[in-house]
Amino acid sequence: MCLILFSVGLYCVLRKRNLIKIIIGIGIMEYAANLFFILIGYRQEGRAPIYAHDQVIKNMVDPLPQAVVLTSIVLGLALMLLLVAISIRIYEKYRTFDITKINRLKG
Amino acid sequence: MIPYLVIIPLAAAFLIIIFGKITRPAGAIIASIASALSFTVSMTLSFSIVKYGVFIYKVGGWMPPAGIPMVVDSYSALILLIANFIAALVTLYSVNYVKIYTDTWKYFSLLMLMMAGVNGVAVSGDIFNMFVYLEIASLATYALVAFGNEAEALEASFKYAVMSSVASTFMLIGIAFLYNYTSTLNMAYIGKFIEGNGTAKIMSFVSVLFLAGFGLKAALAPFHAWLPDAYTKSPAPIPAISSGVLIKVLGVYALTRLFFNVFGMTKPVSYILIFFAVVSMLVGGILAFGQSNIRRLLGYSSVSQIGYIILGFAIGTPLAVMGSLFHIFNHSVAKSLLFMGAGSIEKTMKTQDIRKISGVVSKMPVTGYTSLIGALSICGVPPFGGFWSKLIIIFACIQAGYFGLAFIAAFVSILTLAYYFKAYAPMLFGAKESLSGALKNNRRQFLMDMPMIILAVVSAGSMLFLAPGIMNILMRLATAVIVNGTAYVSVILGSLK
Repeated sequence: MCLILFSVGLYCVLRKRNLIKIIIGIGIMEYAANLFFILIGYRQEGRAPIYAHDQVIKNMVDPLPQAVVLTSIVLGLALMLLLVAISIRIYEKYRTFDITKINRLKG
Repeated sequence: MIPYLVIIPLAAAFLIIIFGKITRPAGAIIASIASALSFTVSMTLSFSIVKYGVFIYKVGGWMPPAGIPMVVDSYSALILLIANFIAALVTLYSVNYVKIYTDTWKYFSLLMLMMAGVNGVAVSGDIFNMFVYLEIASLATYALVAFGNEAEALEASFKYAVMSSVASTFMLIGIAFLYNYTSTLNMAYIGKFIEGNGTAKIMSFVSVLFLAGFGLKAALAPFHAWLPDAYTKSPAPIPAISSGVLIKVLGVYALTRLFFNVFGMTKPVSYILIFFAVVSMLVGGILAFGQSNIRRLLGYSSVSQIGYIILGFAIGTPLAVMGSLFHIFNHSVAKSLLFMGAGSIEKTMKTQDIRKISGVVSKMPVTGYTSLIGALSICGVPPFGGFWSKLIIIFACIQAGYFGLAFIAAFVSILTLAYYFKAYAPMLFGAKESLSGALKNNRRQFLMDMPMIILAVVSAGSMLFLAPGIMNILMRLATAVIVNGTAYVSVILGSLK
């Protein structure tokens, strides 16, 4: 499931010509990676890893991937914002979102 | 002392945002002070590393594997020393250079954020923390590349950001697989687990993911496409710091730390690395030949020199690793110098085209002669640093029995000399009359000239570092860390007790 999602994202990045679609592709890839990380931490019949006084540490899902994914979601958000800002500026300069027409750098 | 390396630039970044709006020069002042401070810290750190060995700082006092440690051994100390040295000089250079842009404080804030990320990568002892610092540094760099806000700069930044974030996603998935296998994120404990349980099939998949990820950050040949574009239109200090610091720490340091010290080097991985190294050397050298843009030429030259560094590490004998470390140092110094020189030339002559530039030495003597020293050092002309490190790497190739590799390394060295000569000889010593009267604003150049002079002196005298001294001891210790491979694990675990 995650691998399918990841492949869809990678396909988007590699094949699409529209800047916005590339950004969406990167988003899909990131979500696939995050989902995969969460699934690794899943335990059968697990419950939320909240530790209270009268509870034993049993049947909890692994809390570490959740912390990790939280951080990586924040990083992904920052990246997404930056990419969208840059693509808006690119649109102002080139008047197009088509990457085949944005090719002033060569060599 | 270790956390200050991250705290100082990070605090500076936020202080600049607060004060930059109130007074305009605050950004430059705070950034210069912060980079000088973190250079001092890294220097004292490397002195004490030589005395006491490994330093570990447990963030928040938590013991690993629950806590996140910051680890500095001699290899990190060496890298930190080089990175902060270059960064301090680049910051000084930027003070005058960025006056052509508005909102310079944003530039300095981003620069400090990047340095926080770079220092963080070098001190991190936790694989996911390393990833986070790496992303911080990369994000700051995407923004810095686009800082000029020209059409080409934006295009390059977008390209770089897309490619680099795909690489980051590969790394994240690699970390996920690794966590699934070892159920810890601490690098020392991962190493211990792998040592105890042997390498499973999953490890080769993880290795491929990390190789692709860090290979892109290091601009190894099949993944180098972002580098010349990103260097062409960004503000001139950015390629200087990126080529001198970013690709070394984010790419080469992280790659070698993980593959040598945590996973343990295996034959297939070292063959793959040798293959990448040779491809980068050749591709970078050949593509640099046809360039007429000065910064693109230097960018391809960086790709080629990174090939040398990876080649030395991949061969893995003590001599080769020593040569690689020395080449990291020499290449950082000389390439930053060349990019600074290119920036100065560009600022005065308003062009990046090699064919339109001539007579730099007579008009701008400081820039001309320092660039000459930098170019000679990279080409490997005898008295300068680059010669010794390349010589050591080539000797190491022969010593390890790779005669073909030694031949290729020598051939690429000649190729390097050829394209630098072709580009720099007319530029530095060409006819004077083609220069127009664009040289009016040559005052207040001191802040731009001083870093170049310092770098040129270091580059010219860097063979002295091979003589016994603090730098020599540090390099020997760092070589030992890499050559001993997974002994890193027991050293770290031992000093945790």
